[in-house]
Amino acid sequence: MSSQTAIATLYLFMLAAFLGYQVISRVPSLLHTPLMSATNAISGISLVGSLVAAGAQHTTLSTILGFIAVTCATTNVVGGFVITDRMLRMFKKKPAPPKEEKP
Amino acid sequence: MRHYLIEASYFVASILFILGLRGLSHPETARRGMHLAEFGMLMAIIGTLMHQEIVSYEWIIAGLLLGSAIGTGIGLWVPMTAMPQRTAFSHAFGALAAALVGISEYSLHGANLSKFTMGAIGFDVLLGSLTTTGSLVAFAKLQGMLPGRPMTYKGQNIFNLSLLGVIIVAFVILIFHPGATALFYLMAVLSLVFGVLLVLPIGSADMPVVIALLNAYAGLASAAIGFAISNNVLIIAGTLDGGSGFILSIVMCRAMNRSITAVLFGAFGKVSDVATSAAGGTMREANVEDLAPQLAYARQVVFVPGYGMATAQAQHAVRELSTALEEAGVTVKFAIHPVAGRMPGHMNVLLAEANIPYSQLYELEQINPDFPATDVAVVVGANDVVNPDARDNSSSPIAGMPILEVDRAKSVVVLKRGSGKGFSGLENPLFTKQNCEMLYGDAKESLTQLTQAVLKV
Repeated sequence: MSSQTAIATLYLFMLAAFLGYQVISRVPSLLHTPLMSATNAISGISLVGSLVAAGAQHTTLSTILGFIAVTCATTNVVGGFVITDRMLRMFKKKPAPPKEEKP
Repeated sequence: MRHYLIEASYFVASILFILGLRGLSHPETARRGMHLAEFGMLMAIIGTLMHQEIVSYEWIIAGLLLGSAIGTGIGLWVPMTAMPQRTAFSHAFGALAAALVGISEYSLHGANLSKFTMGAIGFDVLLGSLTTTGSLVAFAKLQGMLPGRPMTYKGQNIFNLSLLGVIIVAFVILIFHPGATALFYLMAVLSLVFGVLLVLPIGSADMPVVIALLNAYAGLASAAIGFAISNNVLIIAGTLDGGSGFILSIVMCRAMNRSITAVLFGAFGKVSDVATSAAGGTMREANVEDLAPQLAYARQVVFVPGYGMATAQAQHAVRELSTALEEAGVTVKFAIHPVAGRMPGHMNVLLAEANIPYSQLYELEQINPDFPATDVAVVVGANDVVNPDARDNSSSPIAGMPILEVDRAKSVVVLKRGSGKGFSGLENPLFTKQNCEMLYGDAKESLTQLTQAVLKV
């Protein structure tokens, strides 16, 4: 990587950190558990790295490591989003009509 | 052309992730935000599949299918009470995925890595490995497979710090000599060991901080991978995740008036009882028949849920009692301490699961001025977060920790399994106060009995 690119990525990191701070400070403590599972799902974006590792067929080792990484990251992405949605569906402002369903 | 399409998909994904997290600033926009983020993720995955280095799709498809199956299973069937364990487990998976990508990169390029890339891979593997094992230990503690008490031995901190020192030295050497393959794998293994040793001495009561910190590390490991393979969407998403974890750990630490170093190296919970105020007086035991009219004729009742509510799975029973009281004309509120439970926001999710509207949930600062006007405060399985020693006794180990001031209510009922101490091992002078009564037994059963008695009043 050229030093130019390296510096640009550092800038990107810094800006993302500031933006993240601003956005996440606004999340009320009510939603801290969904926040955690949501960011968890989003950080499953490491999938983009593992997909290439699993499919590039450089060496057997890198393919195997890539396969495990794809599995783990996909578990997080799918599991994280499913569970976040399941939680968020439960948050209601007004009392729901009593006894509609028993999960 | 292909390159630009891929980059465009990452660009859109980054925007959608940020918008998605912004949606979480309000419960009403949260679901829509998450749909945006999900769409962004799909875009990024489709974009990546077009990558020219990918020559075979068998392992990719196998991994995607297997991961989706496990993920859907976990997502649909894990009970809300087990959310802290699930979260710790997913930190382990995320960190492992990030570490493996780093190891795979290293195994391909090894000695030819530039200092910058080697630094990024080193960070990734270090953080990823220690988060993987650390999260697994946290998972085992939360699941009850390991004792929740801090596990300590003599010289623990010195040993852990020296181990960390060795890891860092190996890391620095690697930056200058990336070809030292053995050293690289040694660093990875030592980081795995360090993760275990880091979390073992941490007690259950400090778990909210630890989970948030591990969240931050897992995110930073992903960001480091982004640096290593110069992928911008990875840097952005990883940084957002890491930042969120750090913010949450700071919120949690503030809510306990403890510093992060104290959590990591302090081994909370083996505090001697010298510093606790002499628990003079005796605890008075309440009975359901006397309590029911007291609750039914109250003007305002505040419930204070804690981890005990989660272990007893009593959130639905709480809801039934609160509905019965509301039908009797009582104003019912719920007071949520930031560190109640085992992870940030744990109680909110449980109460939401039991169909309690979030307009009835109050944070610490909102509800504390309300306690003097409260007729009955019902503490369901919470202990340290209502310990008045934190406010009154400056020599208490939890001195200065913000508490829910239930002792200022006209009367207090504490639902508790037995007369033992809380997770921090401290005496709670609340229990012997004049206005406090104890209702021993399984919280769920006690609440059900109370509900029936209230309905008869």
